[in-house]
Amino acid sequence: MLLSLQGIRRTFGGLAAVDGATLEVGTGEVHGLIGPNGAGKTTLLNLISGLIPPTSGAIVLDGERIDGLPSHLIAARGVTRTYQNIRLFPALTAADNVLVGAHLKRNAPLWRRMLFLPSAAVEERAAREATLALLDRVGMSERAGERASNLSYGEQRRVEIARALASAPRVMLLDEPTAGMNPGEVKAIAELIRGVARAGHSVLLVEHNVKLVMDVCDRITVLDFGKVIADGTPAEVGRDPAVIAAYLGSEDAA
Amino acid sequence: MTAESLQDLWLTYQSTVAFIGLNGLLALSVYTTLSCGQLSLAQAAFMAIGAYASAILTFHTQAPFAVNLAVATLAPALVAIPLGLPVLRLKGVFLAIATIGFGEVVRIFFVNLDFTNGALGLTAVPQRTSVWMIYAALAGALFVLWRIRGSRVGYALEAIREDEPAARTMGIHAARYKLAMLALGASFAGLAGALEAHYTFMVAPGTYSFTRVVDMLVYAVVGGTSVFYGPVVGATFLTALPEVLREISSRIGLAPGPLRLFVNGAVLLVVILFLPEGISSLPRRVRAWLRSRREAHAA
Repeated sequence: MLLSLQGIRRTFGGLAAVDGATLEVGTGEVHGLIGPNGAGKTTLLNLISGLIPPTSGAIVLDGERIDGLPSHLIAARGVTRTYQNIRLFPALTAADNVLVGAHLKRNAPLWRRMLFLPSAAVEERAAREATLALLDRVGMSERAGERASNLSYGEQRRVEIARALASAPRVMLLDEPTAGMNPGEVKAIAELIRGVARAGHSVLLVEHNVKLVMDVCDRITVLDFGKVIADGTPAEVGRDPAVIAAYLGSEDAA
Repeated sequence: MTAESLQDLWLTYQSTVAFIGLNGLLALSVYTTLSCGQLSLAQAAFMAIGAYASAILTFHTQAPFAVNLAVATLAPALVAIPLGLPVLRLKGVFLAIATIGFGEVVRIFFVNLDFTNGALGLTAVPQRTSVWMIYAALAGALFVLWRIRGSRVGYALEAIREDEPAARTMGIHAARYKLAMLALGASFAGLAGALEAHYTFMVAPGTYSFTRVVDMLVYAVVGGTSVFYGPVVGATFLTALPEVLREISSRIGLAPGPLRLFVNGAVLLVVILFLPEGISSLPRRVRAWLRSRREAHAA
C-alpha cells in the first residue's frame, strides 16, 4: 500500500474528531472518503498533510512514517492537496500559483540567477512551460495571466488542482473539488481525476457528490463521527446497511 | 551654470544626497522582512550593531574600510539568526512587539558598556564614508532584491506572505525563508549603520531608538511595498521633502520644525488613504485611470 492510516485518532478538547480511523490507498488508486457533515473528513486530510499532528496512530507513506512531520516535509515526500475553502494565493496570477506549486520540483539555485547564467533562464522557461501545460490540462490556459482573486469559484478550484499537481505528487488529497460547480464542470473534474490516477498518482477524494464518488473511485471509505463504518468498492459500500443508516437514518431510530 | 555654482550646490546638498541613500538602504531592510509578510521592528538594533562594530574596529585595528563594512554587514545577520529562531514563530503584532523589545535590549546593552562609551556613544569616528559608497551599497541591495523577485525563492516568499500554511503544504520551508530574509534585512541595516557612523563622525545610541524604526517603516509604506524599489522612492521623497520645506518656511517666515512634522504626517495620511500601494504605484494608477477615461470616451 502506498498510503496507509493505522488507527488514527485526533481529539480537540474532549471531542474525538477522528477516532481510530484506518484506511489504505494503493498506487494509482482513486480512493473516496465520504460521510455526513462533521464526520471528520477534512480533519483526516489535515492530519495526513501535517497541518495538525495526530493524537495517536500512525500514517505510513511507502513504508515510511510521516505522522508528526512538518507539512513541508510531508509535501516533499509526495503528498499535496487542495482545500475545501480554496486557498490559492489571491494576489498571484493563476500561472504563478501553479509555479509556486512546482517549488519542490524546481532546481533553480538563486546564485545562478544572480550571475545571469543561461542555465537559470532555461530552467525558468521550462518551469513556465510546464505551468502552462498543467493549466491547459485543467482547461485554464486562457486565464493563466489572471489574478487568482478575479477567477470564478470553479476556475479557482481547477487552478488549485493544477497547483497540487505541479509537484508531481505520489498522493493527491482533494477536498471537495467539485463544490459549487455546475454538472458540466463536475464531469470535467471527474475526467481529470481519472486521468491523474492513470498517470500513476494516487488520489484521496473527499466529496459530497455521491454520483461522482461512485463513478470515479476504485474504493470508498465511509466515516461517521470520526469512525470508519464501511470500506470497499463503490458497489459494496452502496449496499452496506450501516452506510444507508448513517446517510438516511436507521429504521430503529426512526 | 558655472562649475563653481555647481560645486556650491553639491556642498549644500551633499549630506541630503547621502541621507537619501542611507535612508533608502534602511527602508529596504524593513522591506526585505516585509516581503515574506513579517514585520520586524528590530532594524535600528541591527543598524546599531553594524555601526558599533565598524567604529570599534576602526579605533582598534588598521583594517581597511572594506573589511569593517563586511563585518558590519555580517554581524547583524549572525545576531538575527538566533533571534529569529524563536521570535519568527510569532505572528503579526506579536512579532512586532517582540522585535521592539529586542531593539530596546540592544540599545540598553550598548548604553551600559564601557568600551562603547555608554550613553555618550562613540565620537570622533574617522570619516571614511564617501557618498559613492552609500550608493554602491544601495545599488547592491536593490540588485539582490531585484534578482530574488521572480525567482523560485521570490515566489516562495510571495506564497508565504499570502498564505503561510498553504505555502508549507506546497513543500516550502517557511521558517527557513523567513529567517533568511530577517538576516538579509539585518545585514542591510548593519551596512547602513556603519556607513552612517563613518559619515557623521559618531555612533550615538540615541539614534537607534524606536522612532528610527518608525521612520524606516514610514519610508517603506509611503513608497509602497508592492515593488522592491518602492521603499527607496519613499525614502527619497521623505528625505528630500524637509529641504524643500526649509526653503518654503524661510520665505513665509515660519519655523521649519513644526511645518516639517505637519507635512510628514499629512503625506503619510494621504498616501494611506488614497494610495495604499504607495507613491511607486502612482504611474501605474495614472495609466489605468487614463485608459478607463479613453474607454469611457470610446463608449
